[in-house]
Amino acid sequence: MADREKLNLTVNSDNATVDADAGATLLTVLRDELRILSPKRGCNQGVCGSCTVLIDGTPQRSCLTLAVTCEGKPVQTVDGFDADTKMALLRDQFQQNGAVQCGFCTSGMLISAWHLLQEDGALSREDINAGLSGNLCRCTGYQKIVDSVAAASKEASS
Amino acid sequence: MTVENSKTGVTAGVVGHPVAKLDSGEKVMGRSEYIADLYRPNMVHGAVLGSAHAHARIVSYDTSEAEKAPGVVAVLTGDDVGEGRMGAFIKDEHAIAKGKVLYLGEPVAAVVAETEEQARSAVRLIKVEYEELDAVLSPEAGLAKDAPILHENLDDYFKVFDTGSAGNLASRTVFEEGDVEAAWESCDVIVEGEYTTEPQAHVAIEPCGALAEVDAGGRVTLWSANQSVFRVQANVCESLSLPMTRLRCLTPRVGAGFGNKMEAHVQPITVALTLKCGRPVKLILTREEDFEIVRARHPFKIRMKTGAKKDGTLIARKCEVLLDCGAFADDSPGVLGYSLLMARGPYRIANVRSEGKLVYTNKMRFGAYRGFGNPQVTFAGEQQIDDIAEQLNIDPIKLRRKNMTHEGDPWFLGQEVRSNGLKQCLDEVEARSNWKKRNQAAQRPGVKRGTGIAVAAHISGLLGTGAIVRMLEDGSISLNTGATDIGQGSDTVLAQICAETLKVPLENVFVSSPDTDGSPYNWGTTASRVTYTTGRAVAAASADVEKQVKEHAAQMLDCDIGDLELRDGGRVGIVGSNTDLPFFAVSAHAHWAVGGPLVGTSTLVFERDTLDPKRAVAQGLPFPRIGVMSFSAVVTEVEVDEVTGQARVVEAWSAADVGRAINPQLVEVQLEGGFLQGMGFALYEEMVWDGARLANPSLMDYKIPTTRDAPGVVHPIIVEAPEPDGPFGAKGAGEICINAVPASIANAVEDATGFRHRSLPMTSERVLRGMMSADKTSGEEAS
Repeated sequence: MADREKLNLTVNSDNATVDADAGATLLTVLRDELRILSPKRGCNQGVCGSCTVLIDGTPQRSCLTLAVTCEGKPVQTVDGFDADTKMALLRDQFQQNGAVQCGFCTSGMLISAWHLLQEDGALSREDINAGLSGNLCRCTGYQKIVDSVAAASKEASS
Repeated sequence: MTVENSKTGVTAGVVGHPVAKLDSGEKVMGRSEYIADLYRPNMVHGAVLGSAHAHARIVSYDTSEAEKAPGVVAVLTGDDVGEGRMGAFIKDEHAIAKGKVLYLGEPVAAVVAETEEQARSAVRLIKVEYEELDAVLSPEAGLAKDAPILHENLDDYFKVFDTGSAGNLASRTVFEEGDVEAAWESCDVIVEGEYTTEPQAHVAIEPCGALAEVDAGGRVTLWSANQSVFRVQANVCESLSLPMTRLRCLTPRVGAGFGNKMEAHVQPITVALTLKCGRPVKLILTREEDFEIVRARHPFKIRMKTGAKKDGTLIARKCEVLLDCGAFADDSPGVLGYSLLMARGPYRIANVRSEGKLVYTNKMRFGAYRGFGNPQVTFAGEQQIDDIAEQLNIDPIKLRRKNMTHEGDPWFLGQEVRSNGLKQCLDEVEARSNWKKRNQAAQRPGVKRGTGIAVAAHISGLLGTGAIVRMLEDGSISLNTGATDIGQGSDTVLAQICAETLKVPLENVFVSSPDTDGSPYNWGTTASRVTYTTGRAVAAASADVEKQVKEHAAQMLDCDIGDLELRDGGRVGIVGSNTDLPFFAVSAHAHWAVGGPLVGTSTLVFERDTLDPKRAVAQGLPFPRIGVMSFSAVVTEVEVDEVTGQARVVEAWSAADVGRAINPQLVEVQLEGGFLQGMGFALYEEMVWDGARLANPSLMDYKIPTTRDAPGVVHPIIVEAPEPDGPFGAKGAGEICINAVPASIANAVEDATGFRHRSLPMTSERVLRGMMSADKTSGEEAS
């Protein structure tokens, strides 16, 4: 059994101290220790993107990130955007455009989309396709997701 | 913070409106709970050990090391389960391997431990002694004389229809109308070919999993990723020989299912584990296990022959298929029979024979996958229609229009088709894609461009369903159907049907989560059936409540029932007057004064026969009553890179006749998502076996389409030819959207390159080789 360590993490602006295996991934710590369940384990291999979270403002695969490396860096999951206007725009567009089907990819998709919206100016569909290419969705065919991000981007930059 | 659903305020006319899915608010907040998100007090974790051999007798188990490992609570092997067997068509499968293993990776033992990591470590310490047997790795090998037999007691297994099982033959089906062999003589053109398709993995982004707990009385509650709590209940109880009253099945949100979550996956093992250790057990598969031990789309070998007159009239078609069943029958006999029922295509062809065999092999089970065998036979059939069009120099759409079925025509074997929007689908895709001017855009150097068309039909099926509509004391509505919403939005669609019937705002209808204790039986979210079949029950149960409301109101207002009408917003009033009552007053009257609580119910089973014995003969028909027909036409434009051979879909027009779009936005998503899944199947998705071992069980090695692979645009086109007994005319949309896609792309690639691909997937390498051989052929012809 791997050694357990005390980790000090900051998740969605809350400080948390957890006991975790040195080899534990951020995804495991978020889900099993902190019960923050919005990041999903779809492949545990860094391909599907369902576990995407922001680490220090950058979208990362939490399944490929060791939790110990996140000490001192703010971690943000889709739960942590209560007062964020760009996330609110994305959420509204996702709902109204029918971009949500089973929803398993949605948390990670929203994190990646939110990061794209931090660029100045309205995003092209090519920008969005490139920015979301690491988030797999098997339900929608992506079209309504891309529509939603484009609409949110337009609204955010207007 | 909550996200308001701004469109749920719609009251009258909620059917036909693109209201946001009822669960989308919680999903964009990341708050939906899927199976892996559930935790119970004192819960432990399960893990399975996969068989080391494709075919072997289990001689003995040594579990002593695993039992001593840290955190281990219990170990399970085949010795712990009885003789019970489950299966949708042939009951051939134990809860866990017992006596023999039949494919590499088949769960042969399981461990429960305090943590998932401990369970996964400990399960590897179990030693299984095997006596290895020769493996059957193809259907041809399975049918060979002296082939090793997978199921030695096949004769004794319970079967739900006349399967004709023998040796490794799991089932055989033969259908015939007219006289095919005599008809070839009257054909002016005959096309014939062999076609193969490869296994496709479902890749629902949520892997399969289950959580079970047992109470003090020995009764088990089971949550799982599923498409039917009732099929889960049946499978677990059959395989573990439990009375159905001892098992309650529930569902969390489901991270999509495309057929993979309809029949059992790890639910029986999870229940066996909780019964053994007495604590709640959660067992979630890894992505690799999800690839290796659940199920996949059948590889098909198809031999097809189609004949026509000079004027394009189709005269005869013959189709023979050979299906790899894998180790267990699962839904395979149904897939075989259904593919043969659809092999004629949506055409008037007087002479048709289709037949096929399903053969056990030592591979994972193949089973239900969106389209249920239809995309495979359509891939063959729709390419032959194009071949005939080319030989007769007739426009492919014109040829299809000439031969298509019409409303009132019988389907193959005889069932009358009462609604048929195929002509309109063809008209729409022809006009919207500017078909007559196709391929006239400026060519880019190094790129070949082509356009293809294909059509298909699909059922909205079958079997039993029900609905309970209750009016609560405050006049709001509780709807309970037992239908699992797997993300496609059936809860929303059924709520729309209920709200429309009772003229209440959508937010006044609450949809209960399926529960085998409290929901009426529902066969499942499969066969494109929930909107049509369960929708019928919801409309009827809602109408039952309407009748009861009017009976109470007639008493309360001292008028005739016939003088009453429902009014928007949940009121009942006298026609031609302002006098009315809110539902809460009526419901209070029923609850507290007279008659009792208002409960409307309806149950039904799809009732129309597949086979008209005066028209056709059938042997081994798996579904005597199957469903109503929906239709589609798909035009696809592709670009093929002349250097790499990569085919890309540039644009597509996908039209589907869904009877009536209860929620047009949800239908559009089906058309868009179904297109992309069909495109992946057509162009690159392929499960590859290296001998007995699945070589690419990961998302690194098995690619599904990403945003970068998606076409520039897929145009979803909704066509509405109302089904007379459908709810508001509705039919299903979930599978009709995928069936014609691979054929449409294949016809486009042929148009671009001159080479006809009879094997899927059309990878860059295959397309490049095809182009090279096509160039050579035309060169030879020119010389």
